Amino acid sequence: MPEIHIKVSSVEGKAVTIHGNDIDTDQIIPARFMKCVTFDGLGEYVFHDVRYDENGNLKGHPFDDERYADAGIMIVNSNFGCGSSREHAPQALARYGIRGIIGESYAEIFAGNCTSMGIPAVTLPASDIKQLVAAVEKDPGMTVRIDLANGAVIAGPNRYHFEIPAAFKKSLIDGSWDSTAVLLENLDAVERTAASLPYLNGFRRAG
Amino acid sequence: MGRNLFDTVWDLHKVRTLESGQDQLFIGLHMIHEVTSPQAFQMIEERGLKVLHPERTFATVDHIVPTANQERPFQDKLAEEMMQAIENNTKKHGIEFFGLNTDRQGIVHIIGPELGLTQPGLTIACGDSHTSTHGAFGAIGFGIGTSQIRDVLATQCLAISRPRVRKINVTGSLKKGVYAKDIILKIIAELGVNGGIGYAYEYAGETIRGLSMEERMTICNMSIEGGARVGYVSPDETTIEYVKGRTYAPAGDEFERAADFWRSIASGPDAEYDDVFELDADKLEPMVTWGITPGQAVGVNGRLPRVSELPDEHKEIADKAYAHMGFTEGQAIQGQAIDIAFLGSCTNGRISDLREAAEFLKGKKVSSSVKAFVVPGSKQVARQAEAEGLPKIFTEAGFGWRGAGCSMCLAMNPDKLEGRQICASSSNRNFVGRQGSPTGRTLLMSPVMVAAAAVAGQVVDVRHAI
Repeated sequence: MPEIHIKVSSVEGKAVTIHGNDIDTDQIIPARFMKCVTFDGLGEYVFHDVRYDENGNLKGHPFDDERYADAGIMIVNSNFGCGSSREHAPQALARYGIRGIIGESYAEIFAGNCTSMGIPAVTLPASDIKQLVAAVEKDPGMTVRIDLANGAVIAGPNRYHFEIPAAFKKSLIDGSWDSTAVLLENLDAVERTAASLPYLNGFRRAG
Repeated sequence: MGRNLFDTVWDLHKVRTLESGQDQLFIGLHMIHEVTSPQAFQMIEERGLKVLHPERTFATVDHIVPTANQERPFQDKLAEEMMQAIENNTKKHGIEFFGLNTDRQGIVHIIGPELGLTQPGLTIACGDSHTSTHGAFGAIGFGIGTSQIRDVLATQCLAISRPRVRKINVTGSLKKGVYAKDIILKIIAELGVNGGIGYAYEYAGETIRGLSMEERMTICNMSIEGGARVGYVSPDETTIEYVKGRTYAPAGDEFERAADFWRSIASGPDAEYDDVFELDADKLEPMVTWGITPGQAVGVNGRLPRVSELPDEHKEIADKAYAHMGFTEGQAIQGQAIDIAFLGSCTNGRISDLREAAEFLKGKKVSSSVKAFVVPGSKQVARQAEAEGLPKIFTEAGFGWRGAGCSMCLAMNPDKLEGRQICASSSNRNFVGRQGSPTGRTLLMSPVMVAAAAVAGQVVDVRHAI
């Protein structure tokens, strides 16, 4: 069994800014592009309907802006990734090239999906996001680094202290974000828990 | 102080605390469908793993299923490929599959309860955010991503952080023409689409106690639209009566023992919560969404908000909503013309939803300017409706009668809005493009409000029409 224990202690790259609260996963990857049995081709459809008009012409989305080409870090506002649980959303972002996300807040399922793919999704206060967005838009070539170990986003001369759930941070840094291996470690305990569950035992009282 | 149901059920299923600080949680029931599972099977096969407990996973098809012509092979080759993938994966791994050729197929959140798979005290996971629906039984149900489906297939467990619990106490009585859908739309409008992040919602209070199981399912279903991954109602005699006699429910002496267990896990009157929110159902009126998030809703007699009067954090999304919907600040929602009426979905595609809508439609006709159709949530719902003569009422009124599936709730199948059509919809999401046209528009409301809008050709206050 191939073990995947890739430690994610820091990601860096050029950044792209996506403005707006409550950007749902239907926006990130419209449902019609989920007719697939692998995630492989999703990158080209990311944000499709906000990037293209009905005639297939570009509408001027940041993902099509040359200044942000090859960005690996995405900066967003609040409740990013709300709605559908589709992992197709972060999978599409990852296949486009996004390796880390900085935002005001995330929907819970989206943040969990990012973590289980090894993508850090960290949060900064709205005022810091505003400053960071302004800096990146002024100098799109600047390198933005998410330093997980030190809890900091570093952009040029500026350094911001980010928040991320402790469990997400730890599992990214120690490489246990691929949870299957961790959950498989202790199958005896899993079976003990199952044996104690009333509904798996004819609802007879244990002991 | 007493314990709430959430803490009791979570602790029963907790295997251990992981080094990360998350809990390893045993999953009692895993449901899968064709859209989010194929990659998970691929992942476990690439690692040489097997499905640990195939008898605890059940599968069906709902998202991609055409509702007008369900003959195989599907005309849409991609949909056919997904269909074959779930058929092959379930066969290969020994998982029970309720396919189109069985009488048990339907929307995953409708068939779980109706088959008696969904029971109080379970942990239930499914690769679909509306898994919160199952919480109506006093289970902990939540949506998961595909990597987590992989985890459940391979280990029957999830690595997950324990949320806090907010009690939503609903008191007062629902007036005629006001439904469970209006309760949950009001809760989301009050607490916000992100208000529930990090919380499980417990719906409680005399109003909730008075609701049927199907009404409770409607409320729990939309918890995620308020940001809460989990929503539940403590089990009571209504719950126990609903589960009794269903295909996968315990029977005989075992049922009596099960019912005792179910009663024992209900939140006590002195249970503790991290937060409490009160809602007065007496004052509720039918709710209609006007924007592009489920939180952008007003009472049917209300007016759309002025952006300048909204809190700062709601201004930007309100601007976006007005740009997309083409509505005017301060306008009434009542009288807004519609093009399509869609009755169905995991929120409101159950037999009681169809009964209420059919009762309203008796002897009425859909407006000539509206295309209306009804999609039963499952084959069992369809069969029951047929036994009661509902399809005849719908078709005589001018509603199309379809086969079971997710249909126009998310438009992964041939049912889609076209252009800038406006749809009165009993579904759960009004996101931009959700119903299949990037410029299409959705107004969420209760099933009877959808039926009334279909007849009037515009949004009306159903209380004046019944």
